[in-house]
Amino acid sequence: MTPLVLSGYTATNALGRGNAAVHAALAGARSGLAPCTFENVKLETHVGEVAGVDDQPVIERLAEFECRNNRLAQLALEQDGFTEIVAAARRRYGGARIAVILGTSTSGILETEHAYRARDPQTGRLPASFRFATTQNLYATTDFVRRYLDLSGPAMMVSTACSSSAKVFASAWRLIETGLADAAVVGGVDSLCQNTLYGFASLDLVGREPCRPCDAERGGISIGEAAGFALLERSERAAGHSGIALFGYGESSDAYHMSTPHPEGEGAALAMQRALASAGLEPAAIDYINMHGTASQVNDSMEDKAIRAVFGTATPCSSTKGWTGHALGAAGITEAVISALCITHGLMPGCLNTRHLDPSFTSHVLLTNRHAPVRRVLSNSFGFGGSNASIILGAFE
Amino acid sequence: MIGAWIDGIGLFAPGLVGWEQARAVLAGAQPYVPAPAPKLAPQLLAADVRRRTTDHIRLAVEVGAEAIRHAGVEAAPLWSVFSSSDGDGAISHNICEEVARETPEVSPTRFHNSVNNAPAGYWCMAVGSRAPSTSIAAFDASFAAGLIEACTQVLAEQAGVLYVIHDTPMPEPLNSARPMTGIFGAAFVLASQRSARSLARVTLAIEPRVETMSRLPDAALDGMRTGNAAARALPLLAALARGAAAVLTFPYVHSQALRVTLEPA
Repeated sequence: MTPLVLSGYTATNALGRGNAAVHAALAGARSGLAPCTFENVKLETHVGEVAGVDDQPVIERLAEFECRNNRLAQLALEQDGFTEIVAAARRRYGGARIAVILGTSTSGILETEHAYRARDPQTGRLPASFRFATTQNLYATTDFVRRYLDLSGPAMMVSTACSSSAKVFASAWRLIETGLADAAVVGGVDSLCQNTLYGFASLDLVGREPCRPCDAERGGISIGEAAGFALLERSERAAGHSGIALFGYGESSDAYHMSTPHPEGEGAALAMQRALASAGLEPAAIDYINMHGTASQVNDSMEDKAIRAVFGTATPCSSTKGWTGHALGAAGITEAVISALCITHGLMPGCLNTRHLDPSFTSHVLLTNRHAPVRRVLSNSFGFGGSNASIILGAFE
Repeated sequence: MIGAWIDGIGLFAPGLVGWEQARAVLAGAQPYVPAPAPKLAPQLLAADVRRRTTDHIRLAVEVGAEAIRHAGVEAAPLWSVFSSSDGDGAISHNICEEVARETPEVSPTRFHNSVNNAPAGYWCMAVGSRAPSTSIAAFDASFAAGLIEACTQVLAEQAGVLYVIHDTPMPEPLNSARPMTGIFGAAFVLASQRSARSLARVTLAIEPRVETMSRLPDAALDGMRTGNAAARALPLLAALARGAAAVLTFPYVHSQALRVTLEPA
């Protein structure tokens, strides 16, 4: 496939606001996970909460979009000059030629949770102030971001659970390839809510301690929240770029189970193979793999098998969820930005919090940070429903 | 120009149960008689699996299976796109009710069905497909947005694609906040090359929104179109039923419209 450059990118998550904060935490091995104090949640677990999300309301002209998910989106858009980079592209292409393709799992459903606690005891009605279209609806945050950035090109929300904001790269590439857009803002936003906290707990997937991906005694996931964005365009038309490009993507389905991945990682391996094929690269061309690595028993085990099947045992790999937690529909973009930072800074992160590597694993899992040149990264994102996506980012001169 | 060949169709809505029955109504040969939609029981899902699903999931599988049968193609190799404005409102309602309690107890089955790609997950399991599958949303533009995603897959990936658009009304109190009337599901098997199966070709263009969107002459059917986001697909289905060339306009995002040019095969 024709590579697309990332003209700009940014991430905001439990590690802080913007790329410098995220990189500093990665380099300094500082986790963003903390005991869960979110609302009145009575679960003994750690979460990756973004500090200060509720401090700044959404801008006045978009007040109808007020909710935590859109506040988090706005906070992220304000970092790393991202809004200005998009504005420059808008002046060049026109707003109708720039697509906005984002991922989420739960959008602004926290707003609906609040409304359900405030139902009229007689009629059961939701409070009159409740707005569905601009909060809970899956498209709400795409619409918010599109309006915030003053863009009117093709737009949609991809919602395929935890692969959502990796799959946006594929959809955006297709829109640009078929000429429906000149550039695309891709990304993802997912914010803490009780639906996911109690939901994952019901499946016994939530760990008590900060998550320990690939650990022999891993005890489950730490849920996080995050937002991240990237602007994709063709290199020959870009005014400038970050030195990072999208080289390939691969999507697949497990066809196995709704909430358990294929135990041998067959669907995951297929996504990685398709990403390599679309990039026209051999496995040896990948310097580092950013794993999905949720720290659930089955995910990490099947992912180890899938990596071994595709890459053998030499390619360094790790999960960064010990830093950020699992940001669900925003995991793909969070780890895409982390991959870009790894390439830029020559960093291969280890699995933070992980003490003893699962002895059954045979892929080359890093437990501590390594400083070495990184030219190409493959990043995995796998979701419920057996939805798998892998993307390849690399250095671009 | 971006476009695709339509090789098969599935449809399920009140008074429009299956493409064969609905075609005569949508072509104007038979009157539209509003009637409650029958119970959804897609045979593609094993009985024990079907019991664990919701109407929102069953609707997608029902219309998807009909489109595959109509096209006479194998389902597993097809890529798939599932589009829905509001997702599974029955599940959202149930979990929001549960987490409003003092000690929430969310059902694990409901939770894994709560992901927006649950219909896609059940579909891929039922037909044994490891092909890429995407689930998307764009509020009232969900039909147009899904058709665009599906056609970019056909063109850029040279893939055969199953495109499913479906929405089910949410239970109260959510339906008052986002009213929808009646369920609506439709599916299309799309191909990059013309074949003996091809019914028509669609070509897409995004353009500044025009004053009027395509409508249906029957007032009740046009009410269905405006009463359910997925039913915005009806003008395309009506044109396919008539089997004549047509230029149609569908609401798309922001100030845009999607123009669809339909040419019978």
